[in-house]
Amino acid sequence: MAVHEFDAVIVGAGGAGLYAAMELSRQADLRVAVISKLYPTRSHTGAAQGGIGAALGNMEEDHWEWHMFDTVKGGDYLVDQDAAEILAREAIETVYDLEHLGLPFDRTPDGRIAQRRFGGHTHHFGQGPVRRACHAADRTGHMILQTLYQQCLRQNVRFFNEFQVLDLLLEDGVACGVVAWEILTGELHTFHARAVMFATGGWGRIYKVTSNAHTLTGDGAAICWRRGIPLEDMEFYQFHPTGIYRLGILMSEAARGEGAVLRNRHGERFMERYSPTLLDLAPRDIIARAMITEIREGRGIDGKDYLHLDFTHLPRQVLEEKLPDITSFARIYLGIDPLRQPVPVQPTAHYAMGGIPTDVWGRVVVDEKNTVLPGLYAAGECACVSVHGANRLGTNSLVDILVFGRRAGRDMVRYLREAERVSLRRNPDRDAREQVERLLRSEGKEKVAALRQELAEAMMEYCGIFRDGAGLQKMLGILGDLRERYRRIRLDDRGRVFNQDLLEAWELGCLLDVAEATVRSALNRTESRGAHMREDYPDRDDENWLKHTLLYRNSDGTFAFRYKPVVITRFQPQARTY
Amino acid sequence: MQAIIRIKRFNPEADRRPYWAEYEVPVDPFDRVLDALHYIKANLDGSLALRRSCAHGICGSDAMVINGRNRLACKVLIKDLGPRITVEPLRGLPVIKDLVVDMEPFFQKYRQVMPWLVPDDPPPPQERRQTPEERARYEDTTKCILCAVCTTACPIFWGTGEFLGPAALVAAHRFIFDSRDRAAQQRLQILADRSGVFRCRTVFNCTEACPQGIEITKAIQELKQAIILSRT
Ligand SMILES: Cc1cc2nc3c(=O)[nH]c(=O)nc-3n(C[C@H](O)[C@H](O)[C@H](O)COP(=O)(O)OP(=O)(O)OC[C@H]3O[C@@H](n4cnc5c(N)ncnc54)[C@H](O)[C@@H]3O)c2cc1C
Ligand code: SF4
Ligand code: FES
Repeated sequence: MAVHEFDAVIVGAGGAGLYAAMELSRQADLRVAVISKLYPTRSHTGAAQGGIGAALGNMEEDHWEWHMFDTVKGGDYLVDQDAAEILAREAIETVYDLEHLGLPFDRTPDGRIAQRRFGGHTHHFGQGPVRRACHAADRTGHMILQTLYQQCLRQNVRFFNEFQVLDLLLEDGVACGVVAWEILTGELHTFHARAVMFATGGWGRIYKVTSNAHTLTGDGAAICWRRGIPLEDMEFYQFHPTGIYRLGILMSEAARGEGAVLRNRHGERFMERYSPTLLDLAPRDIIARAMITEIREGRGIDGKDYLHLDFTHLPRQVLEEKLPDITSFARIYLGIDPLRQPVPVQPTAHYAMGGIPTDVWGRVVVDEKNTVLPGLYAAGECACVSVHGANRLGTNSLVDILVFGRRAGRDMVRYLREAERVSLRRNPDRDAREQVERLLRSEGKEKVAALRQELAEAMMEYCGIFRDGAGLQKMLGILGDLRERYRRIRLDDRGRVFNQDLLEAWELGCLLDVAEATVRSALNRTESRGAHMREDYPDRDDENWLKHTLLYRNSDGTFAFRYKPVVITRFQPQARTY
Repeated sequence: MQAIIRIKRFNPEADRRPYWAEYEVPVDPFDRVLDALHYIKANLDGSLALRRSCAHGICGSDAMVINGRNRLACKVLIKDLGPRITVEPLRGLPVIKDLVVDMEPFFQKYRQVMPWLVPDDPPPPQERRQTPEERARYEDTTKCILCAVCTTACPIFWGTGEFLGPAALVAAHRFIFDSRDRAAQQRLQILADRSGVFRCRTVFNCTEACPQGIEITKAIQELKQAIILSRT
């Protein structure tokens, strides 16, 4: 068994993990490792298209208070406002920081960072759309990922690429390392460290139609949950309105920011009926529900379950210069030229608002009193600060991963200045080894890929955009059945070298866990707020539910809920209309 | 429709040498080759190894040789290939298992060209100014997703492991022509070396293959010119 000694290990090399690594690596005396199951540049941050929100005011008047307000209202007032204030203020310096690090933003004629419109971002507290999204064509995430990776290389960050973390090590309630499987060799490695950070991204793969990569399976959230850490607000999962029909590939909101509109089978711009002020730039939860309503009422294209995203009135130059990637996705995957023909779209599972609970320094907290688990950090999509509340605004995830990735990195530096090294128990990799061996030896007949597909289809049906008690109950039953069958899988590959069969089976365990947390939390919350729409409880209920869910899985397999108050500073909850 | 997918397979724990395996797969013409490979993994042989993540040409994971050409399996559709498809690992990098090759030599070349911005310090309180024209100067080479399609399509790279290869040159270009960067001379020196740009014989394989449509050969020509100019 290989044991590595570090001061800090960061699990995940997307925007959140790399930003933290960059901060830590500025300290010459700290030994830092980044562990990632993918080569860093393969992380899904690279898929982000439209932009990163910051009230720079380069194109028109803008203020961080407006950005904060939009974030709070967009999140249907479940947002912790202390965190939203940090997000909106620090977004500005973070974007400048990225520019200084080399990010090739698009520019205005006078050489400043160019900005465009995005859903739910407004001026004067909701009066009308504002240009706030800083962008590099429709490849903003790609540029962020490349820039951060390049700076990490410059600072000699130590990378362990294609190492899959399977377990978190805690001793006496203090984080002291992780266990990882080296994909190339099939060897287990123990990383002993004084601080551990999870930045493992989201879990769109619990759903069938998703914008998320195959590798986004909720590993970090599941690992923490298994170690007794609660998961916060898991019932809030965002569907992005415009995924390419059936494929789920995203047509960024930047498309609508640049003027594309949604139409139903009659060619009608139906958002006029649902959101008279912001129209096609209303927040995502509202548009996604409007689309499903159109489809249910028979106004889908040809009566089917999709609608049209219409670019045909836009100038060629806008498509080719500002939206080149999504234009090419339509051409390649559908054989459609968006200049001439509308693109068939349907809502696609996109973003987890919930996750591992943290405070505003990225420190993982384990209860409603914000008790910190020493040495453990989380940031990015796997974490819940919570700046997105019940529904995230477009461009705010990139802000989140960078602002809170950076803060986590900075706080780890502070923590490492005083934290003692906790020693490991004997055989720290025992639990991880057992997990792997069980999967390798399992002698049943079930196929992992089939179980993954059944899970994703059922989640789409019973825990998607619209939910109700009966469907969620049914889904819990399905999960029980899938878990049972998961115990009886059989792998085709029982070797060590690059055994993806094994790792996908292990990931299925994570998917089942995060799906379970999502369904239980959704069943528990008997109101509708943001992305969580209960048809049997269609109204928001501030009296009973203006609070965060914390769901625990106890070691005996039972579940427990606790609740955390929402931090409200500047903006009292109001009715949410656009 | 049915497609016959022939895959060059190799498992270092079981096989002495690579062999061809053939699979019959039900496909839709609009399926990606990656979908067909997933079908094989899910239904016919779960031990097939390949890298993939995003499934829409963004992450650069699934470069492989498809019907003789380097491509991303998620960015080529069955309808453009017909019912008989052969799939092999990239050439010029050691095969680890099936379609998975060792990427380390590739990334090592990338690191050699200092692929990071070296700016003037300290930065201004807001953004550095850069005009849209200055920005356009290096736009094309910012698109690289480090998929290795170009480098492993290059006969010079197959011939000598020393050559930096097109992808590393693309990375160098991205910074050398960025108005905010101050390390162009250092990078040009690295490129002027025996292993650098002058090894390129303008075969155009890279440009034809690049899934991002980057005009690689043009970028390399610009680098050659910059070196010659800096010498005079
Ligand atoms: C198509 C698309 C477009 C988007 N566009 C925008 C946009 O325009 N603006 C915006 O704000 N947001 C956007 N988002 C959302 C945003 O991109 C993501 O939420 C964000 O990039 C997540 O970053 P991250 O650092 O948390 O994780 P990721 O970038 O997903 O990285 C996760 C990392 O964790 C590693 N990892 C995972 N599990 C393990 C394990 N078990 N062991 C080791 N390593 C592991 C992976 O290898 C990877 O390096 C978009 C998302 C998608 C899918
Ligand atoms: S230049 Fe093109 S082919 Fe070469 S690594 Fe970059 S994206 Fe791939
Ligand atoms: S899987 Fe990401 S490029 Fe093909």
